[in-house]
Amino acid sequence: MIFGALWMIASFSILGFGVYFMIEDVLKMEPFQVVNQVLIYYMVFDLVFRYFLQKMPVMNIKPLMYLPIKRKEIVNFAIGKTMISFFNVLHAFFFIPFSIVLIMKGFPVLQVLAWNLAILGWIYCNNFLNIFVNNKDVVFFAVIGFIVVMIGLQYYGIFDITQFTYPIFNSFYAVPYLAFIPVVLAGVFYKIAFTYFKKNLYLDAGLSVKHDIAETQDYTWLNRFGSMSTFLKNDIKLLRRNKRSKTTLLMSVLFIFYGLLFFTGSVEAYDGPFWRIFAGIFISGGFLFTFGQFVPSWDSAYYPLMMSQNIRYKEYIASKWYLMVIATIISTIISVFYLYWGWQAYAAVVVGAIYNIGVNSHLVLWGGAYIKTPIDLTTSKKAFGDKQAFNAKTLLLTIPKLLLPMVIYAVGHFTLGEVFGFALVAIAGLTGFLFKNKVFDIIEKVYKSEKYKTLAAYKQNN
Amino acid sequence: MITVSNLSKSYNAGPVLNIENLDIPKGQSFGLVGNNGAGKTTFFSLLLDLIQPTTGFIKSKDIQVNESEDWKPFTSAYIDETFLIGYLTPEEYFYFIGELRGQNKADVDALLKQFEDFFHGEILNQKKYLRDLSKGNQKKVGIIAALIGNPEVIILDEPFANLDPTTQIRLKQIIKNLAGQQGVTVLVSSHDLMHVTEVSDRIVVLEKGEVIKDLATSAATLKELEAHFAGE
Repeated sequence: MIFGALWMIASFSILGFGVYFMIEDVLKMEPFQVVNQVLIYYMVFDLVFRYFLQKMPVMNIKPLMYLPIKRKEIVNFAIGKTMISFFNVLHAFFFIPFSIVLIMKGFPVLQVLAWNLAILGWIYCNNFLNIFVNNKDVVFFAVIGFIVVMIGLQYYGIFDITQFTYPIFNSFYAVPYLAFIPVVLAGVFYKIAFTYFKKNLYLDAGLSVKHDIAETQDYTWLNRFGSMSTFLKNDIKLLRRNKRSKTTLLMSVLFIFYGLLFFTGSVEAYDGPFWRIFAGIFISGGFLFTFGQFVPSWDSAYYPLMMSQNIRYKEYIASKWYLMVIATIISTIISVFYLYWGWQAYAAVVVGAIYNIGVNSHLVLWGGAYIKTPIDLTTSKKAFGDKQAFNAKTLLLTIPKLLLPMVIYAVGHFTLGEVFGFALVAIAGLTGFLFKNKVFDIIEKVYKSEKYKTLAAYKQNN
Repeated sequence: MITVSNLSKSYNAGPVLNIENLDIPKGQSFGLVGNNGAGKTTFFSLLLDLIQPTTGFIKSKDIQVNESEDWKPFTSAYIDETFLIGYLTPEEYFYFIGELRGQNKADVDALLKQFEDFFHGEILNQKKYLRDLSKGNQKKVGIIAALIGNPEVIILDEPFANLDPTTQIRLKQIIKNLAGQQGVTVLVSSHDLMHVTEVSDRIVVLEKGEVIKDLATSAATLKELEAHFAGE
């Protein structure tokens, strides 16, 4: 988590200092105007990120309620705590360097300060908005829908929202005293959040835990998978009924669209032919990577049960493997729209899928066997920020999964042409299949030899 | 049935369990008592091979538990919530355990039928996931799940805690019945001296990881235990 935070701070600072010159030199546009135009998206994305990542203080309030502290103070404390959150501080690392550059470039100090004050106000509006929006999926999907529609309309030149929001953001600079409007608005939102919070500060109201209505499901159609179906049924329930796993599913859908960056030619750096394979691997393998790297951590909450039952490791692993294979195939089918950018684009997805199923599925499960981070299924908040999700070891493991097929493709591409390149990657994937049982044996051994360490590590959070 | 030899477990902070010899014959109802930190859960975890012994070993039916997994088919346990799968309904959980233990749906249903009064209408068909059940109801599910698949050894850590009085009385019946009539070796730990003396043929008192009393239960046992824990 610390690593991730430092990384964010670093990139925001660099962006803050550099964005002015990047826009001026590369886009040949007026930097301050461009920033004001995209600010609306900046703010909306900020809200989305908060929704996913910012932890609400509600959870830690309960113990305070039994202590002799006034309710008003509890609420102020809880909301106040969100105000000093990383999600607010982070923006300073972008806007302060950016403003320094502006002032150096001769923008009037007072006006730049007013503009900053306005931004600060907007960010706190987002902060308080997130408090009463939190855990309301309807609002969240409305926002996501809004973004997609707006970007789409802008892309096709039908309607450009930034034309309307640009003057608003610019006015805080042009007419400095207007900057108090967002600040006052933030104050109003604070008041609303405060009232909302205080009214719900009861164990059976805002602090109650929502209970899902559960249906017992048999999934008898899975029985055809024999004794493996025991685990398969469980894994499907795991995916469908927990917040954390639903976030993973959502992420894997996003991965399908990741390839647009490559095949539409919108990112110049990705124009080399071997990048196709890179894209193909990610498009088809989103679920495979995001789910697979945490096997067996998905079962961390009840790992002692699993370890004291007579489970057949092979079937346990095979069940997760089948899930990954099925998801990869589904992603590949959905990605058929890449044909629009030529048969090469879709061929890259298909051979990427073959390589994913044949080679990467094994590597991912093997790597996951060493990752001992307990997963809290009931919250989605840690899905990205988890220190293990992006640690050095995981990154190191990702390199052979991605680089190797790219190299294989490049070898084929630059000798006999692209068809040969695709064929080589596909052959590499099919060869991987032959090692399936061997790899499962190794993973089983790892599970057994790491058993006590894994149990102890999972216990830390339980 | 269960033989303990020179078993010890130490962490960096020092030893937490040290049992030189302990034999638990088949069909015995075995009670384990001791204050917090006495080593009860450590002992059960060693028995289930969830932690490694520092020295010595435990044999269950002549199978050394940390070397072979062949004890698993005839052993079952409920230690704490980590033995429950939160996102399943109680029914799904029972069937899952059943499948792991080679029981089909009808077998499990037949077993559940016997414990309808134990569930007291609060477990089955409640449209709730296990994670949303109260602590007491979760415990009921865990205990009954431990009976699935005709185990020969059943380990229950603090089964009486969190249960309401009616359920406690019913649970005592179940435990007595398992050991007395079905020949199951039942290991129970408890802080409730009265309950544990009532259900156990034999009571072992642990203190700082050592066995300091090993009593065959009689009319005088409860008094003796109370005197011991009162510090007399």
